[in-house]
Order: sequence, then C-alpha cells, then structure tokens
Amino acid sequence: MKDCAMSLVSKLPVFQISIHSGGMAVREALKRLMDGLKPLSLDVEEAGTVELVMAEALNNIVEHAYPEGDPHGPISITCSHARDGLHMTVVDNGRAMPDGQTPLGTPAQTDVALNDMPEGGFGWFLIKDLAKDVTYDRINAENHLKLRLAVAIG
Amino acid sequence: MELRSRSEENLQVVAVLDDRIDAAVAIEFKDAMRASTEGGSDTVVLDLSQVKFIDSSGLGAIVASMKHMGASRKLALAGLTPTVEKVFRLTRMDSVFSVFSTLDGALEELKA
Repeated sequence: MKDCAMSLVSKLPVFQISIHSGGMAVREALKRLMDGLKPLSLDVEEAGTVELVMAEALNNIVEHAYPEGDPHGPISITCSHARDGLHMTVVDNGRAMPDGQTPLGTPAQTDVALNDMPEGGFGWFLIKDLAKDVTYDRINAENHLKLRLAVAIG
Repeated sequence: MELRSRSEENLQVVAVLDDRIDAAVAIEFKDAMRASTEGGSDTVVLDLSQVKFIDSSGLGAIVASMKHMGASRKLALAGLTPTVEKVFRLTRMDSVFSVFSTLDGALEELKA
C-alpha cells in the first residue's frame, strides 16, 4: 500500500546518472538529467533552475574535486521526486571540500571598477540562492552533496 | 563556439550561434569574442537570443570579454532567454551591462 501511495505523489521513479569526470561530462549528465525529468513537465523557469544548480554543482566537482593533474573519477547523481520538490544527491570520490564545508556563496561585488569586475565565484552563490537544504558530508573518502530543488511541488 | 559578426551603422552585432555558453566552451567563447571585437566599433551588441543556457563560467567569459574591450567601449546584451536572464539577474550582473530584451530594441536604442 505504501508503494501505491508513493506512486500517487510522483510520476517520476527515483533515477541515477553515473558519469566519469572530464570536459564534456557535465553536459552529458545534464542532458540525461533533464531528459529524465521530462515526465514532470517542468516549465522553463523550473527547468532552468534545476539545470543551473546542477551545472554549478557538477562543474565544481570537475574543477575542484578532480582538478587537472589528478585522475578523472566517477560522479553519480541520484534524483528523487517528493512533495517538497526534487531531492538530489551528488557523490564523487575526488578531493574533499576545503575546511570540510561548502563555500559560503556570498554574492559577487558588482559596484567596482571595470578591471576588478569578478569573472568567477558565482557558482556557490547560485547554488545557495536557488537550492534548499544544501548539505555536504565527507563519508568514506567520498563527497556527498545533497540539495533540494523546490520545483514540481504538490 | 560559433559567433557571427556584422556591422550596423555605428555598432557591431555579434550573434552567438551555439545554444549554450557553459564551462565546456567558456575559454573558446572568450577567445572568439576577443578575435571578433578586436578593433571593432565602440559599441558591441551581443545577441544571445539563440542561447538557451549559460552557467557561471559562461557568465565569467562574458564579463572577461567586456573587460578586454576596455572602459572606453560598451558591450550591450540583447535577446536574453529566460534561464540566461535569470543568471544575470541573480548575480546582479544585469546592472553592469546594458541589457535589452530584444535585438531590435537594442539597435533602436543604441543607434540613436
């Protein structure tokens, strides 16, 4: 009966995407993720939020957990749909976050001279601004990033 | 990364023909913009109407392009699709560039 009740909540079964870090890996993962979410018929605003947050989370892994010079490695994304939105878990076994936590994600300064204009550092700000319940844990030499996207609610 | 450049009176219009400016192509975009705007008009309109998705690396590459053009020139953005508009709005970078919802709107305003 419990399974039956669940199926009324979501048209979307839990699904997982596994990729290997590298140049085009993030595009491939996002394509598969957005294809997987098609049953939810997200509007352009919601789909944009999901793709943007997940792009930033995955770009960070490719850039910092598996930096150039380190071997590439696996990244897995597990996506489940609940009443309060999409729950994403992203796992990699690259380098840990510095200080064991995610960056604060403060907004970049824009009222500065042209040459001081920031060209980076927007990623964590966007994740923290758009996602809810962001948690990070280092478990058995793996990075576990969890977050919720408040889309397809109800 | 494919850009198409043309001149319109006193300004240059650079259209991005790819549908994504993301981490995979950010450096390529920056190089293509540099080549395309080198020695061009003082005002460049970047037509983003074909671009469906941009991430923070793509945003950084557009900022870098503006910085490379220098303070005496202007980079305006036109035709922002919803997700692209969202990235500029949330990061407040929409206050740094002149942003126009359509290319026609940008041309009308900037040619005057």
